[in-house]
Amino acid sequence: METASTITLAGFRLIIPELTIICVALMLLLLDLIVKKKGVIAAVGIAGTFVALYGTFKLYGISEPVTAFSDMFVLDGYGNFFKVIFYLNVILTICISLKYMTVEKASFGEYYALLLFATAGMMFMASAADLIVIYLGLELMALSTYILAGLMRKQLRSNEAALKYFFLGAFSSAFLLYGISLTYGLTGTTNLKEIAASLITLNLAENPIVFLGLIFLVVSFGFKIALVPFHMWAPDVYEGAPTSITAFMSVGPKAAGFAVMGRVLFDAFGGQQVQWNSILIPLAVITMAAGSIIALAQTNIKRMLAYSSIAHAGYMLLGIIAGTPGGLTSTVNYLMIYTFMNIGAFAIIIMLRREGFQGENLEDYMGLAKSHPLASALMLIFMFSLTGIPPTAGFVGKFYVFLEAINSGYVYLAVIAVIFSAISAFFYLRVVMYMYMKDPKQEVVLTTSYSMNFALAVTAVMVLLIGVFPSFLLNLVRVSILG
Amino acid sequence: MVPLSWYIVLSAIVFSIGVFGFLARRNLIIVFMSVELMLNSVNISLVAFSHYLQSMRGQILVFFIITVAAAEAAIGLAILIAFYRNNPTIKVDEINLLKG
Repeated sequence: METASTITLAGFRLIIPELTIICVALMLLLLDLIVKKKGVIAAVGIAGTFVALYGTFKLYGISEPVTAFSDMFVLDGYGNFFKVIFYLNVILTICISLKYMTVEKASFGEYYALLLFATAGMMFMASAADLIVIYLGLELMALSTYILAGLMRKQLRSNEAALKYFFLGAFSSAFLLYGISLTYGLTGTTNLKEIAASLITLNLAENPIVFLGLIFLVVSFGFKIALVPFHMWAPDVYEGAPTSITAFMSVGPKAAGFAVMGRVLFDAFGGQQVQWNSILIPLAVITMAAGSIIALAQTNIKRMLAYSSIAHAGYMLLGIIAGTPGGLTSTVNYLMIYTFMNIGAFAIIIMLRREGFQGENLEDYMGLAKSHPLASALMLIFMFSLTGIPPTAGFVGKFYVFLEAINSGYVYLAVIAVIFSAISAFFYLRVVMYMYMKDPKQEVVLTTSYSMNFALAVTAVMVLLIGVFPSFLLNLVRVSILG
Repeated sequence: MVPLSWYIVLSAIVFSIGVFGFLARRNLIIVFMSVELMLNSVNISLVAFSHYLQSMRGQILVFFIITVAAAEAAIGLAILIAFYRNNPTIKVDEINLLKG
C-alpha cells in the first residue's frame, strides 16, 4: 500500500518558489534586527516575491502535472495560476501597507515576514496532492494571519479581531482534521488521487460515513472562504484587523480555500458530485442572500466590504457547483479579478486613514469627489467593478461564472445570483452617491505614498483592462487549468 | 483485543464533547481546552485507523497535529494575553466591541 519514500533532488526543483518565499521571510526576520528602515524590509520582501514569481514562470512550461515527495506535492497549471494570485496579493498588500502601518504605530519588521509565511502556506495549499499537506499549508497560512490580524497590540479592536479569528479558525481546523480522519479510515489513504481510486474499488460511493467526512471537509473550507453560516468571524475580523491585513485576508485565504476546495472536490470526490452539490447549492444561495442583504445595513465601510466579500464567495461557488473544468476555470478567473478590485477598494480606505482620523464610516466619504476627484474616480471604478457593471472586470468575472452555471443546467442559481447582485448594487453605489452627490462635512486629507500610488495604478488599470479585454486573462486561466 | 469501532465511538464522543464545550462554555480558557479536546479526539481515531489499516500515514499525521497544536496554543495564548492587557476579562459574553 505504502509507496517508498522518494525525496529526490528533482523534487526540490519543483518547490523552488515556495522555498524562495520561506527563505526571504526568514531573511526579513534577521534583517529586521539590523535595518531600522521598514521600507528596506518591504522592498526586500517585494523583490523576493518577484524572484518566486520568476521561478513559477520558469516552471510554468511544464504542461503535465508533476508530483514529488511521495505524491505529496503536485506542480500543475492550476496550482501555478493560484500562486500568481498569491504573489499579486502579497505584493499589492505590502505596497498599500508601508505608510499605513506607520500611521497605526504598528510598523514591525515581522509584519512583512508573516505576510510571506502566510503566502508560503497558501502556495503549499494550492499545490497539495495530499490531505496532510493541505492541513499543514492551511495551518501555516492561518497561524500567520491570526498574528497579523492582532498586530495592532495596543488597540482593543485588533486584539478582539485576532481572538475571534483564532478561536473560530482553530474550531474549523478541528473539523478539517475530523473529515480527514474519516476519509482516511474508510479509504486507507490521504492522497487525493488514491482516495478517488479507493472510493471506486472499495465501492464506497454511496457510503454515508464518506459523505459525513465530505461534509466536515466542506465545513472547514467554508470557514476559510467565509460561507454563510460559517461566516460569523468575517465581519468582526475584517473590521478590527489592520485595513491592509483585511485586504490581504479577503483575497489570499479565500483564494487558497477555493484552491483546496476545487482540488479536493474535483480530484478526490469527483464521483460524488451529486452529494457535494447537495451541500454546496444551499450554502451558495444563503451565502449570496445573507452577504448582500446584511451589507445593506452597514455604516462601517470595512464591515460592508466584509459582507460583500461573503456575497462574492457565494458567486464564486457557482463555478464549483457547475462541476465542470470550465466551471472551475470561471471561479479561478473570478478570484484573479476579485484580487484587483478588492485590494483597490481597500487601498482607497487606507488612504483616508490618518493620525486621529479613522475614515471608516460611510459619512467620511461625503463629498470626497469635490476635494479629491482622482481618488473618488478610482473608488467609483472599484465599486462599479464589485457591483459587476461593464466595462469593468467585475462584470467579466460574474458573467463567466453565471454562464458556466447555466451551461451545467443550474439556471435557477444564476437567476438567484443575478437578483442578489442587483441588490448588492445598492450598497456599492451608495458609496459612490456619498462621494459625488453629498456635500462634504469635514476636510479629508489623503495619506499618499509612492508605493500606494503604484498599487492603485496597477489595480485600477487591471480592472479596466480585464473589463475591456477579458479574453487575455480567460485564455491564460484556460491554458493553465485545462492544459 | 479492543475492536476498532470502540475507538471510533470514543473519538466521536470526545469530539462531540469538544464541540459542545466550544459552543456552550463562557470562559475563553475552557473554550480553548475544548478545541484541544477536539484535536485529540481526531488523534485517537487516526491512530486507531492507522493500526487497523496497518498503514503509517495516520500516525504521521498525528505527529503533525501534535506539533501544530503546540504552535497553535502558543499563538492563541499570546493573542489572549495581548487582549487581556487591554481588556481584563476572559468571559466570552464581554468580548463584544465588534458587532452588527
